[in-house]
Amino acid sequence: MKDVELKVVERAKALLASGEVARVVGWKKGDFCFDPSPAVFESVEELDGLVYNWFCGANLSKYLIEISKKEGKTAVFLKPCDTYSFNQLIKEHRINREKVYAIAVECLGKLDVEKIKAKGVSMIEDVEVVEKEVKVATAYGTETLHKPEVLLTKCETCQKTHQVKDEEIILHERPARDVDRFAEVAKLEAMTEDERFAFWKEQLSKCIRCNACRNVCPACSCVKCVFDNPASGISAKANDAEFEEQLFHIIRAFHVAGRCTDCGECSRVCPQNIPLHLLNRKFIKDIDGFYGEYQAGEEAEGKTPLTSFTEGDVEPNDAVDGEAK
Amino acid sequence: MQRIGVFICWCGSNIAATVDVVKVAETIKNEPGVVFAANYQYMCSENGQQLIKQAIKEHNLTGIVVGACSPRMHEATFRKAAEEAGMNPYMVEIANIREHCSWIHKDMEETTEKAVVLVRTAIAKVKLNAPLMAGESPVIKRALVIGGGIAGIQAALDIADAGFEVDIVEKNATIGGRMAQLDKTFPTLDCSACILTPKMVDCAQHEKIDILSYSEVEEVKGFVGNFNVKIRRKARYVDESKCTGCKICMEKCPAKKGANEFNMGLDNRPAIHIPFAQAIPNVAVIDPEQCIKLKTGKCGICQKFCGVGAIDYEQKDTFVERQYGAIVVATGFKPIALDNFNEYGYADNKDVITSLELERLMNAAGPTGGVLLRPSDKQHPKVITFIQCVGSRDSSGCGKPYCSKICCMYTAKHAMLIREKYPDTEVHVFYIDVRTPGKNYDEFHRRAVEQYGVDYIKGMVGKVYNENGKLMVQGSNLIDNEQITIESDLVVLATAIEPEPSVRKIATLLTASIDTNNFLTESHAKLRPVESPTAGVYLAGVCQGPKDIPETVSQASACAAKVIGLLVKDKLKTNPCVAQPDENMCNGCGQCANVCPYGAITYVDKEFRLGGGKTEIRRVATVNPAVCQGCGACTVTCPSGAMDLKGFSSKQIMSEVEAICKM
Amino acid sequence: MQDVKTEKKEFTPNIVAFCCNWCSYAGADLAGSSRLSYPANVKIIRVPCSCRVNPMFVLKAFQQGADGVILCGCHPGDCHYVTGNYYTRRRMALLYSFLNYMGIEKARTRLEWVSAAEGQRFSAVMNDFVKTVTELGENKRLTDLRVKEGE
Repeated sequence: MKDVELKVVERAKALLASGEVARVVGWKKGDFCFDPSPAVFESVEELDGLVYNWFCGANLSKYLIEISKKEGKTAVFLKPCDTYSFNQLIKEHRINREKVYAIAVECLGKLDVEKIKAKGVSMIEDVEVVEKEVKVATAYGTETLHKPEVLLTKCETCQKTHQVKDEEIILHERPARDVDRFAEVAKLEAMTEDERFAFWKEQLSKCIRCNACRNVCPACSCVKCVFDNPASGISAKANDAEFEEQLFHIIRAFHVAGRCTDCGECSRVCPQNIPLHLLNRKFIKDIDGFYGEYQAGEEAEGKTPLTSFTEGDVEPNDAVDGEAK
Repeated sequence: MQRIGVFICWCGSNIAATVDVVKVAETIKNEPGVVFAANYQYMCSENGQQLIKQAIKEHNLTGIVVGACSPRMHEATFRKAAEEAGMNPYMVEIANIREHCSWIHKDMEETTEKAVVLVRTAIAKVKLNAPLMAGESPVIKRALVIGGGIAGIQAALDIADAGFEVDIVEKNATIGGRMAQLDKTFPTLDCSACILTPKMVDCAQHEKIDILSYSEVEEVKGFVGNFNVKIRRKARYVDESKCTGCKICMEKCPAKKGANEFNMGLDNRPAIHIPFAQAIPNVAVIDPEQCIKLKTGKCGICQKFCGVGAIDYEQKDTFVERQYGAIVVATGFKPIALDNFNEYGYADNKDVITSLELERLMNAAGPTGGVLLRPSDKQHPKVITFIQCVGSRDSSGCGKPYCSKICCMYTAKHAMLIREKYPDTEVHVFYIDVRTPGKNYDEFHRRAVEQYGVDYIKGMVGKVYNENGKLMVQGSNLIDNEQITIESDLVVLATAIEPEPSVRKIATLLTASIDTNNFLTESHAKLRPVESPTAGVYLAGVCQGPKDIPETVSQASACAAKVIGLLVKDKLKTNPCVAQPDENMCNGCGQCANVCPYGAITYVDKEFRLGGGKTEIRRVATVNPAVCQGCGACTVTCPSGAMDLKGFSSKQIMSEVEAICKM
Repeated sequence: MQDVKTEKKEFTPNIVAFCCNWCSYAGADLAGSSRLSYPANVKIIRVPCSCRVNPMFVLKAFQQGADGVILCGCHPGDCHYVTGNYYTRRRMALLYSFLNYMGIEKARTRLEWVSAAEGQRFSAVMNDFVKTVTELGENKRLTDLRVKEGE
């Protein structure tokens, strides 16, 4: 990973120094190794703070909506999953592609510091990954963890490949794998209605309405969110706050249906660990089942499943769990 | 501050019988924002409207709710009244407490409660209404008449005489319709062809009328003033512009065994044929099911003999697309199939016939040359029995629940004509009731009984059976209270009529309402009897309900008057309830244009102020209000809710939902 | 005076029906003018087209105490606005399946195509829907989906 990071910083500096780009969007070193945060770098000096490590899970594509409006070109590092969001935003005319220099950066899965901490590992100083082993250097010595157990949830089933690139920094090829990202959705579908309701009631009751999911979601990028729009009749400022409170996640999931690229950021940022991606994945699974496989963000143009139709589409009364019944 | 007025209509007893209108008005009076509530027998009447207008002025109302019949009925009436009182017409909402309440629920308490909820819901909406201004759209000065029977012919002639272009689309090879098949017409007994065919010729010769025979309406787009219609011109395998109607092909055609539709299948016609002597256009058509050349590729005799080279076996269906401002539906009727009426022995006995078949047997141009000969042995029938109401007024489910209206009169006509021409013939008529309202109608029927000695028997027929070549008609005579059997040579069934089945497709294409019997629904049974609820669509003839020729012609002329009234306008006011984006919230994401069926949405780059002297350019959606039809597809697809629909805004509907859910 | 109201009323579901102006609302009007009855607890909201119905409206209805929500539009192919109901069909197929995934009984959500001619069908559909929802009983799930702290 260090070799990749070196290359990332080197390229960023070169691009900025040459004037080819006016700024670089990447991840900035935090207080620890596990808390890098998205940042804009506008000078070569600032780029000393640029990192690319096992904790750079954040999707940078959404930042480009505002940044690409600025004067000059912007370089951005995009992991495979991020490129789908990027494409989807181009499709929705939110990012000016001409003003972005997209650098495809390798990703072998990112780690979830919460999962590491949950293993009883604290005072983390550095992390090294060899194959499926995660070696965590701490103040108390080195702990070795099984990588699949400490991956970010969104990385567990990721099979995405880079969709966009002006150049690439890929030093290590990610081995191909065969995983079913809908397994958990299917597990829920197999439950009874009562069980499902109990599951979601428990999960959603944890929500503190911090809006982190909405703020991070690249599909939730409206100039003004429907929840903040008094004309929508659902805004919290409307006379009925209860409605928004209770149905926020359903409405949000429907709003991004057909546009959600399954980047998994919602679940990553949820402070309450609500598996929000299971809401969006349900829509994706149903869309695939009802209307044929569709991956949002694979293309930068065309209609989405909800803005197209066929005459023989399944009837809502018969449509359950991606099948006509 | 909103000042809402509420007006509860009794609709005579239509609403008041099951809804406690006084209680509804009293309850609603206490609703927040409501400053006036009244109830009245007929809100739609002049006095009712006056009451509304007065209240608007006196109480300085900002919006009104009328609890009455369906908005599809009187929304326009009340909007107009409000406008006359100085209120924007779109500040009016209707609570449908008749069709959706008083007419379908019986329990007074329950119905009253529901009426209150419905009125509250309308109040919730009207509080969020905004004044709207109607736009304008141009009117295409051309009319389409679907169906070339007497209704279509009359409507087309009247419209064309007023100076407007008219197209008649007729699915058969000739115009003329059912009336062309009739022998004489009641109550004057003049020959049907003698009065119809000159009108057919008028149509053909009228410079403003274009007859598209052997054609069907395939697709209808657009709206009042601006219909875009795709018409299928079925392949007739004969070049209409070349055929002279010489009929040599008919003589030479070897495939002569086609059932002659014009003669109700009582004789045969060749595969290539002209439906009847006075057909308009007088052009042959080939029946592809019967033509040897089209079926096997061998023959081609007609082509060989055609002196003008009009035969074209390669002809394919073609399509024409035309624009119209108004559409008249005049698709007519057919007698019902008698499969459900085995008791009359129609399928088993050649000499049990329908009235329309009798018309052909009596017609000089019919299969017997106008000599009344029974089908089985071509002999003169000496005893003829007529059976009325076959399939009409039938609640058993086998036939039609309605009265076909024309049968009493045409049976009297048949009986009279037979007695006149063949005085030695005995004529019996079994009837349930004789219904002869209309000018000179009852006199006509009485003449049949009194002057012509037709034997009218009040009673129903139980069975018709064949005994040694005689038709035995077994029925009851209710006056003498006895069972009788009449040995007959010919039995004539006054078969119920039903709308021509193709009307269903037409109704669908036009989104015109149709009832359970397939009759097209008029906008108002009494006051707008020739208008479909779909604007710009008018109804003439039996497609709207059973009627005879004089009534059909009156209705067709009424349609024409309505069409002329529409086409004479240069512009129509357009629906102001169109989509409108809030540019401050629009992402310019392009989803809305993806679902707009009219291409009404485009995107522009627009400069927005950000504050602090800064600006930014954003791509935002714009809606062309003249093109938008107000479906609202875009509003739901818009992720930010920037796109809204005037008159049916998200906030309004959410507010309605909230109100309607409160029990 | 005797209070007749004390006896417990049997459960009557609260049903919200969204009807498109051109077909289903007219179908409901025809049911009315043909006096084809259905229970009074079915209440209709008129929308220009079924495609005007935002899933938010459906959710709002449930949250406000509806026990069943039904959408009615023109038959596919017959939409007054040409294609509106095709979008409705996709939206509602996904929404209904999703709500079921959240544990809401599938039978509480329904979509029927009712033409202006189908007064009889309108009445039959409503009678059937009311019967189905009555059997399911009261709907509280959508309002109970999120329990906030302290509740």
